[in-house]
Amino acid sequence: MIDASSVRKDFPQLQRKINGKPIVYLDSSATSLKPKSVIDAVTGYYSDYTANVFRGIYTTSEEATAAYELARAKVAGFIGAHLPEEIVFTRNTTESLNLLAAGIGKTLHHEDEVITTIMEHHSNFVPWQQRVMKKNGVFKIWNIDKEGQLNLGDLDTLITRRTKVLTISASSNVLGTISPIKKIVSTVKRLNPKCLVFVDAAQAVPHMAVDVKDWGADAIAFSGHKMLGPTGIGVLWARISLLSDLPPYQYGGDMIEEVHRDKTLFKGPPHKFEAGTPHIAGAIGLGAAVDYLQALGLGAVRKHEIEITDYALKALARIKGVIVIGPRDARDRGGVVSFRLDKVHPHDIAQVLDESGVCIRVGFHCAQPLHEFLEIGPTARASFYLYTTKEDIDVLIEGVEKVKQLFK
Amino acid sequence: MDIYREIILDHYKNPRNFGHLHHVDASAEAYNATCGDKMRIEIQVKSPASPAGREKFRRSGIPLRGTKVKSIQDIRFSGEGCAISQASASMLTEKVKGMSAAQIQKLSFQDVQKMLGVSLTPSRVKCATLPLEVLQKAISSI
Repeated sequence: MIDASSVRKDFPQLQRKINGKPIVYLDSSATSLKPKSVIDAVTGYYSDYTANVFRGIYTTSEEATAAYELARAKVAGFIGAHLPEEIVFTRNTTESLNLLAAGIGKTLHHEDEVITTIMEHHSNFVPWQQRVMKKNGVFKIWNIDKEGQLNLGDLDTLITRRTKVLTISASSNVLGTISPIKKIVSTVKRLNPKCLVFVDAAQAVPHMAVDVKDWGADAIAFSGHKMLGPTGIGVLWARISLLSDLPPYQYGGDMIEEVHRDKTLFKGPPHKFEAGTPHIAGAIGLGAAVDYLQALGLGAVRKHEIEITDYALKALARIKGVIVIGPRDARDRGGVVSFRLDKVHPHDIAQVLDESGVCIRVGFHCAQPLHEFLEIGPTARASFYLYTTKEDIDVLIEGVEKVKQLFK
Repeated sequence: MDIYREIILDHYKNPRNFGHLHHVDASAEAYNATCGDKMRIEIQVKSPASPAGREKFRRSGIPLRGTKVKSIQDIRFSGEGCAISQASASMLTEKVKGMSAAQIQKLSFQDVQKMLGVSLTPSRVKCATLPLEVLQKAISSI
């Protein structure tokens, strides 16, 4: 069980006041707040052992390299990967997915198919759309039902022998829909063993236990900054066989074995995909974030979020004129609640809430195809994490009532 | 709530010049993909029609064609968006009736800010200037 009020003491920013009121941060889907241990890990590198990695024989360079590679091993353990070599550090989920799309894109032929879902974030939609269009392939979209869920039966018609990739988010950043990845992977592999399955796990890894061996997917992508880590560091996990097959994404130092005038030999994974000086402090901070989350236990994190989400859903249901989208049951959704309020534009909702120190996100949340499909226009979104309390939700509800009054 | 002064809320809830014109001389539309704000502006233009009006311009040396001469006879806006964009459109359409096209092209964000009378955070500036952008787009076509 998470004691949110004691956990909150670990997060310096929660001491902050906005317009004289305590900050009520409800935008963890966009980025998470950072515990002191992560901030200290980052500043520790910059104050005590700043040096480049893999380059030096001297003490601080060895320290930096060890810390960087230790972070890699920690992340591998965190998601149940077999080998640390299966963890590639990138800038973020977007870069991880672009890396995959670039590599796979090179192998696509005319009439090859790539499938994604209508609820994807632009980072798991646009890279595939563009690469497939370039090669005159077929870009298929798997639609959701009225509850915001995917129907597994659709796969029977969607997956053909020409389908090269199915790429899907484990947890939607708008609807909160949690998709049954393990079932989806086994269904896809049964229908076409050669089809690869990729997972955008940006909203999943921070909030629930993820085991890539159990999922059975071929690659997953997630961001450090959404899981208490620094910005600028992300992860691509992929099976070592896939990483060995994929071509390098960027060329330069640290990803080469030998460079001659007429040819170059590249390193194997993961360094093949880590050209140039990486975000050393970022990786070290991410390692500290993993430590923090493992100490709490992701089972406890998930349980806490279900409780908060359930509380929020019930409270919002009591306000006339509020429409919440996505699955009805808190157990079927991540800690993300997107809603509309009759007669009030989301911008105005957010502006009024800001007066009370409440931070929510508004707009299309980088999921324009989804909003087009649902025909609902822009939405307001409140998202929760291990430091969110019921009191936070109470302030949100009070704020929404205030908006209603102002605009009636 | 500083930004939602009475006057802004009034224009939002009771927008002036909302709807469509029977006779449209020029129109323009914009859609802000990041927030879903849609705006359409239709204008009816007046040029000096009477012989006396035309003679006045001939004597002053100002060409009869051109933006100094054409002015807004009537104007409507439609679409959907946040309180700031809608109130801004309502107030702007009131303000520009009778103004010449040349004068309208000279309007800037500062004028919009003054017109609204509230200080805008950077993220809301685009909401406030959307109607002006659309209006200037429509004007540029006459």
